[in-house]
Amino acid sequence: MQTGNYSINEPSMSKLFDNLAEKGKTMYAPKNRGERILFQKVEKFGEIAGDYLLTANSAKEVVFPRYEKVFSYKKTQDGILINDPTGNPFSEVVLWGSRPCDAAAFIPMTNTFEKDYIDNLYVKRRKNLLVLSFSCNTCDEFCFCTSVNGGPGNTAGSDILFTRLQTGDFLAEIITEKGKKVVEENSSLFEASTAEGKEQSLAKVEPRFNQDEIQAKLQELFENPLWAEKSRACLGCGTCAYICPVCSCFDIQDEAHGSQGTRLRCWDSCGFSLFTLHTSGHNPRPDQGTRWRQRILHKFRYMPDKSKIAGCVGCGRCSRSCPAGINILDTVTAL
Amino acid sequence: MNELIKKAASLLEANEVQVVIGYGLGSAKRPQAIFVTTPAGCEQLIFDNRCIQNLAVYLTKQEIRKLGKPAIVAPLPVLRSIVQLVAEQQLTEGDLVVLGIDPDGKLLEFSSFKAIESFLSDHKIVIEEKYLKKIEEIKNMPVGERFAYWVELLEPCFKCYACRAACPLCYCTRCTIENNQPQWIPVASHLQGNLEWHVMRAMHLAGRCTDCEACYHACPLGIPIHLLNKSLIQDLSESFGDYGPKISEPNMLSSFDPDDKESFIR
Repeated sequence: MQTGNYSINEPSMSKLFDNLAEKGKTMYAPKNRGERILFQKVEKFGEIAGDYLLTANSAKEVVFPRYEKVFSYKKTQDGILINDPTGNPFSEVVLWGSRPCDAAAFIPMTNTFEKDYIDNLYVKRRKNLLVLSFSCNTCDEFCFCTSVNGGPGNTAGSDILFTRLQTGDFLAEIITEKGKKVVEENSSLFEASTAEGKEQSLAKVEPRFNQDEIQAKLQELFENPLWAEKSRACLGCGTCAYICPVCSCFDIQDEAHGSQGTRLRCWDSCGFSLFTLHTSGHNPRPDQGTRWRQRILHKFRYMPDKSKIAGCVGCGRCSRSCPAGINILDTVTAL
Repeated sequence: MNELIKKAASLLEANEVQVVIGYGLGSAKRPQAIFVTTPAGCEQLIFDNRCIQNLAVYLTKQEIRKLGKPAIVAPLPVLRSIVQLVAEQQLTEGDLVVLGIDPDGKLLEFSSFKAIESFLSDHKIVIEEKYLKKIEEIKNMPVGERFAYWVELLEPCFKCYACRAACPLCYCTRCTIENNQPQWIPVASHLQGNLEWHVMRAMHLAGRCTDCEACYHACPLGIPIHLLNKSLIQDLSESFGDYGPKISEPNMLSSFDPDDKESFIR
């Protein structure tokens, strides 16, 4: 569903931000923090980082926080009181400055949390989320969105996609009803336009592989020396999973204090040695090679097999941040 | 560099080692750890100032140990880690061949771990001035402000444990944080979980940390967690003098001597 194209200039962009923030929405945007640019809460337009390719962290925290209360309980004289957070109101959140890959990641993420089991925590957060993305006019050697059905100007997952045109103004493509509402409520800031000039403003992201071919090849490669070879330098940390905008594995933890406590879900990673360790001591994935295989298979075979959506959006964060320099493209292109 | 390649190739050729752990260029043309198993493969070995990952971390990894006896390319930070691993009985003489690289990039050969220790006595750990100033500044903060400083600094941490995974001295196969009966450290990366994890990590490395900064380089969020370790190194240097990994002397914090000059210990 695409409901029209508009143009908006830079001063109006800042006004749009203020208008949304004034309505009490929680604003998330790329902002400098120490040595990195991270998606985090921002109060003012001026705090937003000006020059960035991608943030170091992904935007998934707006729908899938790193830890989250599932429920809390308290034993009283009248019985056990359960507090279910899904009954509480969820704040409206604006994700400002996401890239097309960040936005596209909400599609597999939604598939995970809303398909077989309907996860109310996710559903409520996603429903209250407005995604205002910006096309990419640059890319680097780790970017491969065009190999996984994405692109530097891809609109999937965004409510509005802004593209900075060579004129200095922004093209605003309205993708959803939520996006349409933003234009209606701020109509003085937008002017009707065409999508002319978009293509010339986009980065050129060379395709690196064909997702369908990879999916087909992976049907056969479960036992292969390649997994150990390509993961030899792997240190077994959770960086790749935690900065991945699609990875959504979690671990359930109870924090109990006497007769009350909280059940939490916390991010988890298939790279950790504990991830599949059984109580018996047996681990079906006993080394980093089998863990790396799981990561690749889950993203490029199991998810597309099951729901026709790859579990990777080609943002390249895992490769950029791997403390051992492992590049996911090295594995995928070697299959 | 030729010297290093030749030496590494000859070790593999003679089957003195089965794998060479070194640096090579990855597909994105940035240095990364490589594991060379053939003499011809040694041509890929490089060394320059971009090679900052501490390769000693691989010496205790089961996946790498399976490859056979290693030779390891070892600039100063790797040499220091090796000596500390020896002091902690994680490596014994004959386990590996050390291809040392001195600060000028020259290949160094060592006849024993003791020889590495003695080489290191001329290359002591020195905390850089900029860090000393930062530590001083933090220590001079009023308690409330100092607490707020650490809370703010550690808030983005989502506990991927890259700091732990990259550290050659975090070699435990089962870490305290993975113990859940009882659960010493909360798993969630909330305020308490983050503070307890980072304080625990720093304290477990007190007197052992060799200031290689691997934890800091590994952090995907660029959090300067090595400030904690550097601060402890500074405290220990002031209290005990000469700081650094040693085989010939007992460990600074985990040894006991009934003749200690301090009376509280008796």
